[in-house]
Amino acid sequence: MTAYLKLDHIDKIFTRGAATTEVLKDINLTIEKGQYVSIIGHSGCGKSTLLNIIAGLTTATTGGVLLENREVNSPGPDRAVVFQNHSLLPWLTVYENVKLGVDKVFARTKTRAERDAWVMHNLNLVQMAHARDKRPSEISGGMKQRVGIARALAMEPKVLLLDEPFGALDALTRAHLQDSVMALHQKLGNTILMITHDVDEAVLLSDRIVMMTNGPSARIGEVLEVPLARPRKRLELATNTTYLKCRQRVLEFLYERHRFVEAA
Amino acid sequence: MNMPATKIEVETATPAAVAAPVVAMRPKRPPRSEAYARMARETAVRVIPPLVVLALLTLVWELVCRRAGSALPPPSKVFKDTKELILDPFFDHGGIDKGLFWHLSASLQRVALGYSLSAIAGIALGVLVGQSVWAMRGLDPLFQVLRTIPPLAWLPLSLAAFRDGQPSAIFVIFITSIWPIIINTAVGVRNIPQDYRNVAAVVQLNPLEFFSKIMIPAAAPYIFTGLRIGIGLSWLAIVAAEMLIGGVGIGFFIWDAWNSSHISEIVLALFYVGIVGFVLDRLIAGLGKVVTRGTATS
Repeated sequence: MTAYLKLDHIDKIFTRGAATTEVLKDINLTIEKGQYVSIIGHSGCGKSTLLNIIAGLTTATTGGVLLENREVNSPGPDRAVVFQNHSLLPWLTVYENVKLGVDKVFARTKTRAERDAWVMHNLNLVQMAHARDKRPSEISGGMKQRVGIARALAMEPKVLLLDEPFGALDALTRAHLQDSVMALHQKLGNTILMITHDVDEAVLLSDRIVMMTNGPSARIGEVLEVPLARPRKRLELATNTTYLKCRQRVLEFLYERHRFVEAA
Repeated sequence: MNMPATKIEVETATPAAVAAPVVAMRPKRPPRSEAYARMARETAVRVIPPLVVLALLTLVWELVCRRAGSALPPPSKVFKDTKELILDPFFDHGGIDKGLFWHLSASLQRVALGYSLSAIAGIALGVLVGQSVWAMRGLDPLFQVLRTIPPLAWLPLSLAAFRDGQPSAIFVIFITSIWPIIINTAVGVRNIPQDYRNVAAVVQLNPLEFFSKIMIPAAAPYIFTGLRIGIGLSWLAIVAAEMLIGGVGIGFFIWDAWNSSHISEIVLALFYVGIVGFVLDRLIAGLGKVVTRGTATS
């Protein structure tokens, strides 16, 4: 299998004055095209830092990120991010928020009418076309996150980065949105990298689960393949032995071998 | 009772089904006449209390100043003395013998010029100080000292520099109103959430697009706070500056009235100064509301 996104010996050391903290140590990961990979770990283990490094929002101290064999170290629309707190611009409407990215990415390749159609197409994908003229303050949290996903999708990223995308949502909305993301992945075949701290979410959505050890100097502790056929149905999986085994495996990793140590 | 129960079960058992269409609900529009009545009621609630207080204060003033030998004129005398000025604000007898409209318009022109300059320079400097840590370290202490200098203290220096009253007055307006604009803009720019910067980075906005599409809208509530304080300060400063530089203008009109012992004219002029200041403040506040389009809090 060919590597599509490759994390090559990434170390990250934060320096503040004389104090240095090693957050990530020797992270190596290869992701294939079209795969859905989750990164799971306790809070503070540097998952978000890792995602930011891939997105180009922070730079790795050593090592690098290769996308299609080319190093990427600055942010760009080929690695669109869905942020945890949606990060929609409150002064723009739903439509304008999505269009902001579309206008930049397709400035040369699409005409105005095509860009407009593309924005609406992506809003339709997340079922938010009806709210095109609403501002973020006028729609619910789940809807905002849908628009955030549409904004990222509309940039036609090579890799879609999800930073705890459902963390701030209530359980019902979260389940609903997880199903939507699964359907989108099925339909579009994106390569997706998701940060999460929810075991069920990781097992349900991912092809592979990357489990990280506790920080400081967090490493990749274990990578678990989830051999569940797609499309996956939430309810059927509840009794599926493979699902339960995978879930058990992740739980053991998180709560037995790498129990979260409360800072003194 | 069985039927509804099974129905519910069927619905909850298929959460993976297509998302239910989300229906936008619009509040039913109440009839026109009702809306007008409510509007009238709301207006009355706002307008009547200040009018009552105003009437009471005028009454007290009238009673206090009515006695013979009172230093200040009662409202009735003010009105009688200044009736001509009130009824004909547009006369122009040459020199500084003009109607109040011309005095106010001269002052407003100075404010408009000085304030526009300070808004442009203030926002530009504020963005610089807010964006660059080094600009902040270098400039902020300077600003903190300079902003405490009273407006009129600048006047002699600017007279020495410009050798003319008109540009000196405009400079005083400028230097008075610029500080709150700089400081508030800088705070606004510094407070742009990292998320918005990340969004801009991922979308790859260039610096100019970042300025117009992210920075200005995100900092707009702060900028308008600064602009609003600034317009108030400029109006405060112009009256004082004009008293000293002379010529046509509401400030010198007041000073001239004092020199000729026309106390009633002073009272009338103060009334106008207050109203104009209030209108200016509301103008900027209204403009801010339009520009930030109600997103200031979100």
